[in-house]
Amino acid sequence: MKNKEEKRQNLLPFEKIKLQPLFDKIDKLKSIQASGKMDMSEEIKMIERSIESARKEIFSNLAPMEVVQTARFINRPTTLEYIDSIFEDFVELHGDRNYADDPAMIAGIATLDGRSVVVLGHQKGHTTKENIARNFGMANPEGYRKALRIMRLAERYNKPIISFVDTSGAYPGIGAEERGQAEAIAKNLREMAELTVPFISVITGEGGSGGALGIAMGNRVLMLEFAIYSVISPEGCASILFRNAARASDAAKALKITAKNLLELGIIDDIIKESLGGAHNSLEFTSKNVKSAILKYLEPLLSLSQRELIADRYAKYRKMGIYCE
Amino acid sequence: MASKLSIHDWFKSKKDQKELKNTHEKLDIPGNLWVKCPKCGQTIYSKDLEENLKVCPKCSYHFRLTSAERIKQLVDDGTFIEINPNLYSKDFLNFDDTKPYADRIKDAMLKTNLKDAIATGICKIEQLEVALGIMDFSFMGGSMGSVVGEKFTRLAEAAIENKIPLVVFSASGGARMQESIISLMQMAKTSAVLGRLRENSIPYISVLTDPTTGGVSASFAMLGEINMAEQGALVAFAGPRVIEQTIRQKLPPGFQRAEYVLDHGMVDIVFHRKELKNNLVKILRFFKEEKKA
Repeated sequence: MKNKEEKRQNLLPFEKIKLQPLFDKIDKLKSIQASGKMDMSEEIKMIERSIESARKEIFSNLAPMEVVQTARFINRPTTLEYIDSIFEDFVELHGDRNYADDPAMIAGIATLDGRSVVVLGHQKGHTTKENIARNFGMANPEGYRKALRIMRLAERYNKPIISFVDTSGAYPGIGAEERGQAEAIAKNLREMAELTVPFISVITGEGGSGGALGIAMGNRVLMLEFAIYSVISPEGCASILFRNAARASDAAKALKITAKNLLELGIIDDIIKESLGGAHNSLEFTSKNVKSAILKYLEPLLSLSQRELIADRYAKYRKMGIYCE
Repeated sequence: MASKLSIHDWFKSKKDQKELKNTHEKLDIPGNLWVKCPKCGQTIYSKDLEENLKVCPKCSYHFRLTSAERIKQLVDDGTFIEINPNLYSKDFLNFDDTKPYADRIKDAMLKTNLKDAIATGICKIEQLEVALGIMDFSFMGGSMGSVVGEKFTRLAEAAIENKIPLVVFSASGGARMQESIISLMQMAKTSAVLGRLRENSIPYISVLTDPTTGGVSASFAMLGEINMAEQGALVAFAGPRVIEQTIRQKLPPGFQRAEYVLDHGMVDIVFHRKELKNNLVKILRFFKEEKKA
């Protein structure tokens, strides 16, 4: 029974019409099987295959707003899960040494295939309770300052930095404004450009504007297949530019926020394949791909000098911009 | 004084107000000779307003300035040499909300007679050479797209090359949504070049004017060696409406205004427009002395 519920919750809204009946059928067959009355294993396998092919079809051609839903899905693996499955010896480090520890931002030390690295990233939750504790992954200035503190630590000891990006945006609150949200992000941007160590950023879920960029100025920026990265949420864009909040789907399309769009625009360096039906269907499969992508792009950076690393990163962002002259 | 009004007085004052209002409206029409202060409602003769640096003589409300007006107020006559004046925006995503971006660009150009939301150049202020950038809120809300980002960056590079201070006046609603992710990346680009400035000990003075919010405040506007904000200017990361919608609370009085931001330690100086030049020149002289030593 519990298993059944979990499966239901694991379906995205746009999969439900097609897949819910199939999952219901499997559940029925399984209970028959369990009762020992009949052997249903063949039938179960058959339906599992049709679920798989239906999923393949659905996910081969998602509308941008469906990608947004996948990226925001409450079951989507979080930074701590990626850290747990990709790295060893993780020790979380807390606090900005100034005001507070921000639970919406994770930072720490770990090893990656035996190499010491620094990891950081936004942290969301899988339940409302967890999300409240994590402020829905929306960091305050302290989060950005903690991230910078740990990046500087990495630099002093010559350790590569891996950041995981998953936030709807930096938190828009009174305290955040009073303690300098704008300054915290701006400073991170300037300082990230100057880091003397290899730096890889992975957009795992929502790449929400300045709040995402505030930890995402890697030498290489990688992105999960169904993640998004945007200057504004489709809803925000719809209500401001389209003057109609209901036109979020149109805004999502116009903004070109999918991994494929961003690769074409030269913003990201590679797309990391997710498990069928999205990363939440197999953390193991997805994190394996994340790990091998990190290793693939980290390796060549390790042989660059400090100067070359800065020059490499600087050149990447310096050339961004499309205009007429 | 207002405590004891008779009914007669009350009606009379209402009538006076009404008449006054009507006169304002009438006076507004012929050739913009008269301007009404949006804050206190005072009617000001536009020549007087200009002579007062576009500050309301009654309530000190600072009217927003165009880049041309700012240059006229601040820069030594005839010394401003514009650089990269020919950059203009491109609708590379074919972005169409209620109106194609390409048309918005054209309309903004026609309306403002500008190419985009920032003017950059080399000039002299009290004979001190500076690389000066001035954003124009009237051009698509001063939004930062590729052109603003590129012109800012080239100006900063010119400051490094010529070993002169960088002074930038910001006025912006944030990133230009029609350029989507590319506009977000302008934050990275402009902040990165400011790191180079610092390495080269080239001072950068950021002057925040009304309003400076979003992607501009969260990048180059907050990164001044000295941050100065004009009296009353809105200086924010998230705009007040977004915050109110998120937290569902009334915001404290004066929230995100220059004085409030000063109280919270985010800017060095809040100035009245009349004191801007004087302050700026002292700061520029300080850095100049420093370099000789």
